[in-house]
Amino acid sequence: MSQQTIAIPPRQPARGWKKWLSLDNRFVPPIFITLILLGGQLTYGILESYEKTLLAIATAIVVEMVLGKIFLGKFPHPASAYITGISVGILLRSPAYWPFAVCAAIAISSKYVLRYKGRHLWNPSNLGICIVLFLLPASVAGLSIQWGNNLWSLVVIWMLGAAILWRLHRLHISATYVVAFILLAILRAHILHQPVLAEISPITGPEYQLFIFFMITDPKTTVRSKLGQSLVVIAVAVLEMFFRFDQSVYAELYALFWIGPIAMLIEMWLNARRVKAPAPQPQMARP
Amino acid sequence: MKRGPIARALLILFFVGLIAVPAVLTRVSAHRNKTHDSAESAMTRYGFHFTEVSRQAGVNFTHHAPVLDPKLASIMPEVASMGASVSIVDYNRDGWPDIYVTNSREGTMNALYRNNHDGTFTDVAPQLGIADVNKTGTGVSMGAVWGDYDNDGYPDLFLIKWGRPILFHNNGGKSFTDVSEKAGLPKWMNANTAVWFDYDGDGKLDLFVGGYYNENIDLWHLKTTKIMPDSFEYAKNGGCKYLFHNLGGGRFDEVSAQLGIKSRRWALASGAADLSGSGHPDLFVANDYGVSELYVNDGKSFHEEGEQTGVGFAPKSGMNVAFGDIFNQGKYSIYVSNISESGILIQGNNLWVPQEGQSGSSLHYQNMARDLGVELGGWSFGAQFGDLNNDGNLDLFLTNGYVSLDRNKSYWYDFAKVAGGNSTIIGDAKNWPAFDGRSLSGYQQKKVWLNDGAGKFEDVAQAVGVTDTHDGRAVAFADLWNRGVLDVVVANQDGPLLIYKNTVNPQDKWIEFQLEGTKSNRSAIGAQVTLFWNGQQQIQQVSGGSGFAAQNERRIHFGLGKNPQIEKAVLRWPSGEVQTLDHLAPDQLYNIKEPE
Repeated sequence: MSQQTIAIPPRQPARGWKKWLSLDNRFVPPIFITLILLGGQLTYGILESYEKTLLAIATAIVVEMVLGKIFLGKFPHPASAYITGISVGILLRSPAYWPFAVCAAIAISSKYVLRYKGRHLWNPSNLGICIVLFLLPASVAGLSIQWGNNLWSLVVIWMLGAAILWRLHRLHISATYVVAFILLAILRAHILHQPVLAEISPITGPEYQLFIFFMITDPKTTVRSKLGQSLVVIAVAVLEMFFRFDQSVYAELYALFWIGPIAMLIEMWLNARRVKAPAPQPQMARP
Repeated sequence: MKRGPIARALLILFFVGLIAVPAVLTRVSAHRNKTHDSAESAMTRYGFHFTEVSRQAGVNFTHHAPVLDPKLASIMPEVASMGASVSIVDYNRDGWPDIYVTNSREGTMNALYRNNHDGTFTDVAPQLGIADVNKTGTGVSMGAVWGDYDNDGYPDLFLIKWGRPILFHNNGGKSFTDVSEKAGLPKWMNANTAVWFDYDGDGKLDLFVGGYYNENIDLWHLKTTKIMPDSFEYAKNGGCKYLFHNLGGGRFDEVSAQLGIKSRRWALASGAADLSGSGHPDLFVANDYGVSELYVNDGKSFHEEGEQTGVGFAPKSGMNVAFGDIFNQGKYSIYVSNISESGILIQGNNLWVPQEGQSGSSLHYQNMARDLGVELGGWSFGAQFGDLNNDGNLDLFLTNGYVSLDRNKSYWYDFAKVAGGNSTIIGDAKNWPAFDGRSLSGYQQKKVWLNDGAGKFEDVAQAVGVTDTHDGRAVAFADLWNRGVLDVVVANQDGPLLIYKNTVNPQDKWIEFQLEGTKSNRSAIGAQVTLFWNGQQQIQQVSGGSGFAAQNERRIHFGLGKNPQIEKAVLRWPSGEVQTLDHLAPDQLYNIKEPE
């Protein structure tokens, strides 16, 4: 998750008292994810320890600062690294400390290594978590803990998340994914003769809240057009369905891992074609 | 991107190095886990090995899992996954430990294996009247704990059930009488744990019982399928907790609420020990689907201090409570087992070690399971501390494995899919996908963690002969043949009862204490022995139930290592009486009666 730069039209700077009430959009996602973290921790103790999450955050920020200074010539805004670190801290479960540092470092450094035509292709935390889940299954797992499993905490998080995404003009991405997931869950239940609620169950868990609000909406690693963004998350949901047929526990993370960069590359290819194509000649009016 | 190719190359190297870290660590870990396959070399290297002797000993017992309401048929392996238990008792006071095991299908029989003193056992439960206790309509057995509640010298039996709990009075080792009604026990509970202890120090054993499913549920006649936990981490819709205060005369008064025990968590294991050093036994409860609870006993009431002491913060799937002085410093650490499944759920087991110099109200624990190497044990169930090789350090035996059906098909995906969802989904059994013969953390290798005395445990299970892969539930230790070694009995769910006979290097010495209370309860449950030898000390206690659905022999066993110089043993009886024993010799069993 690296959405410190939100792809929305520039706003006129607020003046007077509005200046103090107007929140820079870069800070909205970090504040939201921090609220989720603190709310979950203070009410249900979702973290194994503060230290592990702090380690992930600190690692992400330090790696971002160092690599940014070396390769971009400046210290990047820390919001992106902060969200990556906090996401790793929440989504990764391990009794050990070092996986949090390694995962956060992989996530941030991928932004500087796995680039094509100036853009990084993978959502950093998605890539970091997928790598450690795949390579180190004996020591790490994904988030399995819930925010108490009760309906109200779920409703509050979803409403708050929806409001923030609406403000950031990215609600259509999450909404499209949710609709696609539910429809495909019903289809899966029909095909597999499973209870429908069993197939819908994952989306009611906390892992999906982070996935839907922060990962698939990441401006840096999503395509530009609204239609394209919606098509991409539909593709994620479809690939996720096939991973679920294969009984992959982290189906949604793996689906985004594959679809995300492919979509980016396709968009770049299409953009390149548009640039190369000759400008249309004005037609002469026939007499 | 600025910077030239060298900086870029270094960056790529850094990135590849980061990715290589997990891969390298995985290989290192796999290399470490390689085992030795020779029993002889194990004897040489570790000083002991086990031989599974149940058949030779005449013990041919197979546990049968419950078969509950047909509404649960599709997930029966999951909801009927407990009931195998083992408790060690000398029911006839002949000085040789006997073995009581439970069965859990309606119509099946429990067994009491009387020790024949010749290496064999005979099931005497039918003639004593404690076999046919799983009759249709009365529920089935989940465990058993023994304690002499009326101080007549013969240990009595409390049968833990999903159903009607039973208190059997031991009639001089000749027969048993159901005294549940007179004792005032509830008509029905769905419990999985109980422990005898004298919480008020009045010389009469009291009884704690921890409910699992809500006691209003008859699992054979369900009115609803909404019986599952409402959360997998924060569930509070489990069974009632009971604290039966022994009034004397065979009567008990249920006092849990008035003494501060009001939890509705899903209790699976419990143990009592004086953790706070107050002289009163505290109560530790390991809960499934939630945090553990530590009820500190101030002599008048209990105060739940799990969160303050550090043991009740991170919710896991607690399934075991065992106490052991693993550092030989006169303090109990606590082992709580949980679930770890590679790549899916890494809860890790907890080894709660008391922080240096802290006791009483400032008692605090730190989880050192990872540091000491006893963290990952699969889907862990029962565990016990004991000195298996008599080297003077307490080792740890852990059994595990949840459901072993089809080896090639796993239920984990469906389990994780639903378990992470909202309470309205997971709380209703009909929303759970069918098991369809799949395994769930099945066929797991057991752990025999050998304590090196320097802060590390090494798994030697395969090397010392613990090679079974049954779905283990309960573990109990006993010196079954009075040889000065700890043998291990393992009860397996839907599987055979296993007896691991221990062979220990005779150069490693031992000492044992058989205690009998006078002012204290006659079973001496709660009595502590601190042994001082070779400049070190180790504390152990007589337990009224520990591990998961298990009870060790009441006799206390210390390993001493080679050439021990025993200084003294200090006994603290539940009455508060402190007794010091001098001039003790190794390789001896001491029968000690509390001074009048």
